[in-house]
Amino acid sequence: MELLRRELAAAVRDGGSVGTVLGFYAIAVAMMPIAIGPDLKLLGRIAPGVLWISMLLAALLSLGRLFERDVEDGTLDLFAMSAVPLEVITVVKSLAHWLTTCLPLVLLTPVLGLFLNVDFAAVPMIIVTMLVGTVAVSFLGAIAAALTLRSKRGGVLVALLVLPMYVPTLIYGISTVSLLMLTPGSFVSPLLLLSAISLVSLVIGPIASAAVLRFQMQ
Amino acid sequence: MANPLRQLEQLANPARFMSWSRPLMIAIAVLAAGLLSVGLYQAFFVAPEDYQQGQTVRIMFVHVPSAWLAMMGYGLVALSSFGLLVFRHPLADVSAKAAVPIGLAFTFLALVTGSLWGKPMWGTYWVWDARLTSVLVLFFMYLGLMALRSSMDDELLASKLTAVLAIVGVVILPFIKISVEGLSIPWLGIELPSWNTLHQPSSVMRSDGPKIHPSILWPLLICALGFTLMFFAMHLKAMRNEILRRRLNAMMQVQVQRARREDATNEAQA
Repeated sequence: MELLRRELAAAVRDGGSVGTVLGFYAIAVAMMPIAIGPDLKLLGRIAPGVLWISMLLAALLSLGRLFERDVEDGTLDLFAMSAVPLEVITVVKSLAHWLTTCLPLVLLTPVLGLFLNVDFAAVPMIIVTMLVGTVAVSFLGAIAAALTLRSKRGGVLVALLVLPMYVPTLIYGISTVSLLMLTPGSFVSPLLLLSAISLVSLVIGPIASAAVLRFQMQ
Repeated sequence: MANPLRQLEQLANPARFMSWSRPLMIAIAVLAAGLLSVGLYQAFFVAPEDYQQGQTVRIMFVHVPSAWLAMMGYGLVALSSFGLLVFRHPLADVSAKAAVPIGLAFTFLALVTGSLWGKPMWGTYWVWDARLTSVLVLFFMYLGLMALRSSMDDELLASKLTAVLAIVGVVILPFIKISVEGLSIPWLGIELPSWNTLHQPSSVMRSDGPKIHPSILWPLLICALGFTLMFFAMHLKAMRNEILRRRLNAMMQVQVQRARREDATNEAQA
């Protein structure tokens, strides 16, 4: 708990990083109509997909920093020597990433949806799926962040490693939204699958990233 | 009476591996070449044209084995990675490292032959069909393994981290496959729609017996076996190369150290 407070405080005092991620999200969404053309009907149809993809990329950008600072100043070595298992540390760090990065991104989504002429009936469901799905984004992302700590090309590599793992989240996130639009009432099963994947990543993520961190510190 | 497990361990010793793998590799390679020449001859000259697909059905004799080896390759990488992390065996890492490029090559081959087949069948080289998409994701996961390994200077660390990634990958892969391709288990009442499908369902492996006519099935099975043996021959060869490369590295390091020591003694004398 103390650690979580510390992480959140660090994120708030760091200030710029959350803002930068939100800025990236906004501009990625804004570039889309510029590339595709201002056809509101078309934009409205692809809006959920565009929002999801831009959100994933924005969340990815911040993953590289997840463990970096703690390695630089030696905090991670202290964590490793403390009585608290490294798995718990990674859970807290992933949770902090979710709270400081994914949550603001999701909250910004309805506003950016306006740019894309998104169907207002779909907005609550987009937010719900993103809230559930981004858990997988943070917890699986932590694995990639830990893996690339000593890599020469960190950021790009994180994307290559982790984006394939986001495929199920993306598919079920989008299909929940589109099923809601097509036939109301039938969106439950993809939503459950989306939650299942987030729960699985809640287990895999901390175990794998703690294992990776142990190797990194040897 | 020797313990069989003990004997297996003896075989896995890198030095012994170098001595027994060479004849085995040659034997497998010869067998693969024989099977492939029979299989491909049958595939291209003996097997009948399909009444719908015409000559293009012959692409299948390369496509299906490649797709199967693409998946088996990832399984082999994950299994070897498990061997590295749990048993800390040096040969396991050599095996994992050697299997990745070969698996990647077969994944690429599956994608290329699939898209060549798609041109006359679907009228376009690429459709976002469910099975093509999941093979594409597999392709990216192979790329990730190679990129991660090559991004670090410390080889020992790189092999451990790549092993973790391979195991995480093999846990996630079923989820990716099911989410993209859907899943249907009637007796459990499970019916998940695929992301988007145009592809023929897999028709060789079926519990009620294969659905392909024997005149096509036999060459296909021979080709599949031939390509599989070819995979293992290449894998053994790549493992041998990797072991030689590591030995060379070690020898060079010893040379450098010796030279440094000589320099130091010369300086002390001077």
